[in-house]
Amino acid sequence: MNSWTHAQGVLETPQFEWVALSPTLIVVGAAVLGVLIEAFAPRRYRYGSQVVLAVLALAVAFAAVVGLAANGHAGAEAQIAGMGALAVDGPTLFLQGVLLLIGFVSVFLFAERRLEPAEHGRAVDSFAAQAAATPGGTAEKLAVRSGYTTTEIFPLMLFALGGMLLFPAANDLLILFIALEVLSLPLYLLCALARRRRLLSQEAAVKYFLLGAFASAFLLFGIALLYGYAGTLSYAGIADVISGAPSSQVDPGLAATMGNDAYLLIGGALVIMGLLFKVGAVPFHMWTPDVYQGAPTPVTGFMAAATKVAAFGALLRLLYVTLPGMRWDWEPVLWGVAIASMLAGAVIAITQTDVKRLLAYSSIAHAGFILAGVVAVSPEGVSSVLFYLAAYSFVTLGAFAVITLVRDGDGEATHLSKWAGLGRRSPLLAGVFALFLLAFAGIPLTSGFAGKFAVFRAAADSGAMPLVIVGVIASAIAAFFYVRVIVLMFFSEPQPGGPSVVVPSLMTTSMLGVSVVATVVLGVAPQYFLDLAGQAGVFVR
Amino acid sequence: MSFPLLTATVLAPAIGAVATAVVPSARRTLAKWVALAASVVTAVLAALVLIRFEPGGDRYQLTESHAWIPDFGVSYELGVDGIGVALVALTAVLVPFLIGAGWNDADPKEDETPAGRRWRPTQGFFALILMVEAMVVMSFVATDIFLFYIFFEAMLIPMYFLIGGFGDRAGENSESQQAKQRSYAAVKFLLYNLAGGLIMLAAIIGLYVATSDLPGGGTFSLQAITEARASGELTFAQNTERLLFLGFFIAFAIKAPLWPLHTWLPNAMGESTAPVAVLITAVVDKVGTFAMLRFCLGLFPEASAWATPVVIALALVSIVYGALLAIGQRDMKRLIAYASISHFGFIVLGIFAMTSQGQSGATLYMVNHGIATAALMLVAGFLISRRGSRLIADYGGVQKTAPILAGTFLIGGLATLSLPGTGPFISEFLVLVGTFTRYPVAGIIACAGIVLAALYVLILYQRTMTGPVRPELSRMPDLRPRELAVVAPLIALLIFLGVFPKPLTDIVEPSVQHTLSDVGESDPEPELEARR
Repeated sequence: MNSWTHAQGVLETPQFEWVALSPTLIVVGAAVLGVLIEAFAPRRYRYGSQVVLAVLALAVAFAAVVGLAANGHAGAEAQIAGMGALAVDGPTLFLQGVLLLIGFVSVFLFAERRLEPAEHGRAVDSFAAQAAATPGGTAEKLAVRSGYTTTEIFPLMLFALGGMLLFPAANDLLILFIALEVLSLPLYLLCALARRRRLLSQEAAVKYFLLGAFASAFLLFGIALLYGYAGTLSYAGIADVISGAPSSQVDPGLAATMGNDAYLLIGGALVIMGLLFKVGAVPFHMWTPDVYQGAPTPVTGFMAAATKVAAFGALLRLLYVTLPGMRWDWEPVLWGVAIASMLAGAVIAITQTDVKRLLAYSSIAHAGFILAGVVAVSPEGVSSVLFYLAAYSFVTLGAFAVITLVRDGDGEATHLSKWAGLGRRSPLLAGVFALFLLAFAGIPLTSGFAGKFAVFRAAADSGAMPLVIVGVIASAIAAFFYVRVIVLMFFSEPQPGGPSVVVPSLMTTSMLGVSVVATVVLGVAPQYFLDLAGQAGVFVR
Repeated sequence: MSFPLLTATVLAPAIGAVATAVVPSARRTLAKWVALAASVVTAVLAALVLIRFEPGGDRYQLTESHAWIPDFGVSYELGVDGIGVALVALTAVLVPFLIGAGWNDADPKEDETPAGRRWRPTQGFFALILMVEAMVVMSFVATDIFLFYIFFEAMLIPMYFLIGGFGDRAGENSESQQAKQRSYAAVKFLLYNLAGGLIMLAAIIGLYVATSDLPGGGTFSLQAITEARASGELTFAQNTERLLFLGFFIAFAIKAPLWPLHTWLPNAMGESTAPVAVLITAVVDKVGTFAMLRFCLGLFPEASAWATPVVIALALVSIVYGALLAIGQRDMKRLIAYASISHFGFIVLGIFAMTSQGQSGATLYMVNHGIATAALMLVAGFLISRRGSRLIADYGGVQKTAPILAGTFLIGGLATLSLPGTGPFISEFLVLVGTFTRYPVAGIIACAGIVLAALYVLILYQRTMTGPVRPELSRMPDLRPRELAVVAPLIALLIFLGVFPKPLTDIVEPSVQHTLSDVGESDPEPELEARR
C-alpha cells in the first residue's frame, strides 16, 4: 500500500525500479547537469555543451523508452513503479516516446541562431539577452551589447519535459500535482523570454502564470476532496472505493467523510478542471491565444505540442483508471466541453488576424476533437487519442517552425496580412506550411485525417454519433480559415516591403523535414503507428 | 501475379506530375512536353484497360487487393466495371487535349518580373492537371469506399490551386480585381466540396459502425458489403440506411452538381482557364454522378428507392433551371457552366429512373457530355484568348474572319444541344426513353430541356459568330495548327460516338444490369404489349 498516505505504518525502505523509470530520470538528471553547466562553465562554452547535453539526454531517454517497450513493459510487463506512484505501461511509454521526440526536435528550434540578425558580431537566438532586465532599459542594452544569451533555456526545457514525462505516468494524485508543477513552472519562465516584443512576452508569462496558478489550486483542492472521499491518493485505491470495495486499511480519522459522494463529485470535477486547463479546452482556454502569441515561437511550438500530449495522457489515465465507476457523471460534462471546444475554437479562429493566435484557436478546436476520442471510453478510444496526439504534435511543431522563418525588420511577421503572396516569394516554404494547414484541416493523405478519422470512429463506435456530427461541422468551419491562409499565401499579390523568408541552419531545416515526413507518413501509411498505439491502449492498474 | 494495370494507370500521371514539377524554371517547354508525354502514356494504359476488359465477364475486373490500413478496415482494392472503364477512358482521352489546349495558358507574362527563382507557374499548372487526373482515375477504379473517399477529397486540393492560381489573361477588370474573383471562386469551390466531403465522412464512419457486426469487423470493401447485404448477413435499420444514403448523396450532389447545390460551378468555371473549366465539368464532376451510380445505389438500394421522387424532382429543376439561366448569361463561360448544370440534371435523371436505358444513357451521357463540353469550351477559350473578353456582347461576325473557329464552335455547340448524329443525342435519347417508361411526366418535363438547349446554344452562336464583323475582331487569326489539333479529334470522336455507339454501350450495359439488380429493380414491361 501507499506509504505516503499511511504514515502510521513502519517506514519502508523505498523501492525504486530504476530501469522502468529511467527515461524520466535521464531527462531530469540532464536538466540538473545543465544547471551546473550554467553555474560553472565559461560563458562561451555554455551554448555548445547545453545543446549537446540536451540532444544526448533526449536520445538516450528515447532509447530507454524503446528498450522498455521492446521488453514488454508496454504490454504484459506493465507495472506500477515507484511504490505505487507511477505506472509504466503502454500509454505511458507511448506518450513518453512522443514527448521525447517532440523535445528532441524542439531543441533544434531552441538552438537556432541563424534567424535573428547578429548583434554586435554575435549570433543570437530567439530568446532575451537577459530576462530580468527591464524591457528597453539600460540593463537590457548592456546585456545585449555584451552578447549575453540565455542558455538556461535548455535546462528549463528539460525540467519541463521531465514533468511532462511524469504527468501521464502519474498513478497517484500527489505525483500528478508535482508533475504538473514541474512541467508548468519552467514553461511560465520560458514564455517570458522572447527577444523581441519583450512586453508582450512578459504579459503572456504573467497571464499564463496567474491562470495556471488558479488551475493548480483547483487541482490541489480537488485532490484534497478526493482524499477526503477515498482516504487514499492512489488511482487504484480511489477506484476501489468508488466501486464499493475499499481496501481494508482505512484511516479512522476520515470515517466521517469517507464515501461521501459530494466530495467525490466536487473533487473529481476540480481535478478534471485542472487538467482541462492544461489541455486548453473551452471554457478553460482563455490563456491560450495570449500565451501562444506572446511566447517565443520555439517555446510556443514546444508547449503547444508537448503540454497537450502530457495533459491528455494524464486526463486519460485519471478518467480510465480512477473514475470509470463514475463514467455516467463525467461523460456528459466532457461531451459538453468537447462540443464547446470544437465549435468555439473553430468559430473564433475565423476572426483572427495573427498567425500565432489563429493556431492557438485551432489548437482549442483540436483539443475538442481529441476529447471526442477520450469520451469513447474504449481501448479504441485510448489508442485513437494516442495516435492523434502523435500526429498533431508534429504538425504543430512544424507549423510554428515555419512561423519562426517568416520575418521582417521587427522580427517574426506574424500578422496575417504580411503573409500575402508568400507562395510566390518562396513556394517551397509556403508549400510546407500549406501541407501543415491541410493536415490541421484533416484533408486525406495527411496525418491529420488519419487522426481525425481514428478519433471520430472510436467516438461513433461508442455511440457518440452526435459528437461526430458536431466534429464534422467544426471541421468544415475550421477548414475555412486554414484555407484562407493558403489563399493569402498563394493567390494574393505580394505586398511591397513584405517579410522575407530567412534561410535557417541545418537544425531548423532538418526539424521541418522531420515534421513533413511525419505528416505524410502518418497520413499515407498509418498502420504501423496505429498498431503501436493500439498495443499501447491498455492502462495498468 | 498479373501486371497491376489499374495501379499503373493511376501512377503514370502521378509520376508525370512529379516529373513536371521538378523541371527547372527556365525550361518551360520541356515541362510541357513531359506533361503531355505522361498524359499520353496514361491514355495508352487506359486503352489497355479498355482492351483487357471483357464486357460479359465478371462484374469487377482487373482487380487488385492489398492490405492498407487494416485497423480502419481499409484495403487497397481496385477494380473496374463497365461504367468505370468508360469514365477512365474519357478521363485519359481528354487530358492530353486539355494539356494541348492550355499549352501557353500558364506562361508568365512578359512584363512580369520573376517574383522568385523558385516560382514556376507553368510547371505547377501542368503538374496539378496531372495530379487531378491521377486522383480522378483512382476514384473511378477504387472499390474500397474509404480509398475512394480519400481521393474524392484529396483531389480538391490540386483543383483548388488550378482554379485560384490560373485565370484568363483577359478581361474588362483590373488584374487585382480578377485575382480577387478567382480566389473567391476557388474558395467557394473548396468550401462547398469540403463541406460535402465532411458530411460524407460522417456517413463513412457511420457505415463502418453499421458494418462492424460483420464477422471480419467493420469493412469498407464495396464487394464485401454488397455480398453481405445480398446474403442477408448484413441489414441496415431503415433510418440508418436513409441517413447514410443522405450523407453520401449530398456529397455527390454537390460534386455533380445538382440544383440547389450548384452555385459554385459557374464561379469556378467562369474564373478558371478553359482547360481547367473542362477539367472541372467534364472530368472531376463526373466522379459525383459516377459515385451516385456505384455507391448510393449499390450500398443503399432501399434508401435510393425512398429518395427517388425527390431526386428526380431536383434533377428536373436542374435541367430546366440550368437551361433558363444559360439563356440569360452574358459571359460565355458561365453560359457553358449553366448548360452543364442542365446536363447533369439529365444524368441524374437517367440514374434514378432505375431502368437499364436510363442508366446506360446516363453513363453514355457522362462520356459524351465530357467530350462535347470539352470541344465547345476549348474553342470558346481560344476565342476568349484572342479578344480578351468573356462577354458575349464583345463579339460578332467571327465566322467571317475565323471560319474554322466558328465552324468548330458550331459543331461543339450542336453536340451540346444533342443534335442527332452526335454522341450526346444517343445518350439523351436513352435517358428520356428510360425515364418515360417509368415516369412519363418527368420525361415530358425533361424534354423541355432539349428545346431550351437549342435556344442557348444557337443564341450564343448567333450573337458571337454571325452578323457584322466588329472592328476589333477584323484581324482576328483563325485557329492555329495546335488549336485545330486539339479540337479536331474531339469532334471526330463526337461524330463517331453519334453514329456508332455500340462499342461503348456493349461495355456499359452489363454493368448497368448489375447495378439494377443491386437495387432490385427491373425494367418495366412495355405497356402496349401487355395490353394486347
